[in-house]
Amino acid sequence: MSLPQFTFLAPTSLSEACALLEKHQGTIKIKAGGTDMIVRLSHRAVKPDYLMSIKKIPGLDTISYAPDTGLTIGALALLRAVETSPLILENAPMLARAAHATATVQIRNMGTVLGNVCNASPSADNIPTLVAMHAAIVASNGTTEREIPIDEFFLGPGRTSLQANEIAIAIKVPPLAPKSGVSYQKISPRSKVDIAAVNIGALLTLDENEQCQAVRISMGAVGPTPLRAKQAETYLTDRKISDETLAAAGRLAAEDASPISDVRASREYRKLMVEVLTTRALKEAYGFAKN
Amino acid sequence: MKKELITLNINGDDHEIAVYPWRTLNEVLRDQLHLTGTKLGCGTGDCGACTVLLDGQSVSSCLTLAVEAQGQKITTIEGLALEAAANKDLEKCELDPIQESFIAKGAIQCGFCTPGMIMSTKFLLDHTPKPTEAEIRAGLSGNLCRCTGYNKIVDAIADAAEKISPTK
Ligand SMILES: Cc1cc2nc3c(=O)[nH]c(=O)nc-3n(C[C@H](O)[C@H](O)[C@H](O)COP(=O)(O)OP(=O)(O)OC[C@H]3O[C@@H](n4cnc5c(N)ncnc54)[C@H](O)[C@@H]3O)c2cc1C
Ligand code: FES
Ligand code: FES
Repeated sequence: MSLPQFTFLAPTSLSEACALLEKHQGTIKIKAGGTDMIVRLSHRAVKPDYLMSIKKIPGLDTISYAPDTGLTIGALALLRAVETSPLILENAPMLARAAHATATVQIRNMGTVLGNVCNASPSADNIPTLVAMHAAIVASNGTTEREIPIDEFFLGPGRTSLQANEIAIAIKVPPLAPKSGVSYQKISPRSKVDIAAVNIGALLTLDENEQCQAVRISMGAVGPTPLRAKQAETYLTDRKISDETLAAAGRLAAEDASPISDVRASREYRKLMVEVLTTRALKEAYGFAKN
Repeated sequence: MKKELITLNINGDDHEIAVYPWRTLNEVLRDQLHLTGTKLGCGTGDCGACTVLLDGQSVSSCLTLAVEAQGQKITTIEGLALEAAANKDLEKCELDPIQESFIAKGAIQCGFCTPGMIMSTKFLLDHTPKPTEAEIRAGLSGNLCRCTGYNKIVDAIADAAEKISPTK
């Protein structure tokens, strides 16, 4: 179906873009790669008067790494760029795995990682790993910048804590503590290119006795926003890692999940898969942390 | 609402056209420029029938705004043989080797998915000249075909890869 009519805006600076957001509050939508936004327009799920592309704003497509601050992924960095970036493959390979697990080749050539985050879908492929890894969203209103910890970013499906005049310009991922490992696990009913029925991101850090010093587990598609598996995290902290404790953590994660039944999977199946994937993610993260 | 005058570079030619900002590249290619080789299937990014190359990257033309395709090199199925000719320093090629392989291997039935399949293959082979079968299947996972059952398409792509970058 043809798209509904809108006035198209393509500002060439951040200050201009934020001024437009301010001026047209309530009637304007941001577009990055457009792989969510154009579909929503086509379905008439949104009908903005103004569609503002941020693609002409210079400098937003960079991916950089510094040993003290970690990775910075710009708002316009494509899924494909994150999937194939040597910097990401070396410093945070699970972010590349998550980007690779997102959609199809064509969509990854168009869509951005930050668009996936800002779209705030509970099943988004790139969110669980970013949550596990303590990412922070850098928001700008054209004059000042602030960092929003990812734990405070999601308010509900499609809703974030960005202000109406703010643009997310980058996402920052701090470097891992020594003896840490990360994993991303996804299951979808149809194939690899399908939206996740359940996805899990986990970060595990070991102390010098090979006990779990810290752990973060993020579960996708089992609640209105990505959920932390708090019971599992508390249980595992300061405990020795074994097949038994990892299996127990998986069971506790399933208790924390509050999935619904929909076309992709039933509530019961999702709970079971949370258990399986959490244990699997922790096992893989533990393997990386040990080495 | 006013149309915008834009210039689109398609298959090496500049086209100056007036478009509404809400028109997709797919609509402009097919309905305004009558380049109907590029198909429209789902219109929502799922099927790959509308795949074109923008500066060499495969994208869904149904999710691309025409106004945003300005300044990029657009390649459609109609332009593939021209590109193949340019690469070989020839005036003209009847078909790109990928197109020849699709015909030779019987990878086309109704043909609706074929332009998209071929454009995705072009992107795949430009980046992965010697793909494994798994890489072929992954590279084409954004293209749906309701006729062939995919196996002959996979054969055709392996055949094209061998023709373009022969194993010695
Ligand atoms: C066929 C198909 C398959 C898909 N499969 C998957 C999948 O398997 N897994 C998955 O997770 N997703 C999938 N998606 C969804 C989509 O491709 C991703 O969410 C993509 O990463 C979105 O990025 P984008 O740049 O295209 O975002 P856009 O569509 O441009 O924007 C998405 C949303 O975020 C907002 N936004 C974007 N950038 C910013 C910014 N910098 N600051 C503030 N707000 C911003 C927009 O206003 C909009 O609400 C699929 C989509 C399609 C069409
Ligand atoms: S028509 Fe564009 S992907 Fe189906
Ligand atoms: S040949 Fe008919 S859809 Fe592929």
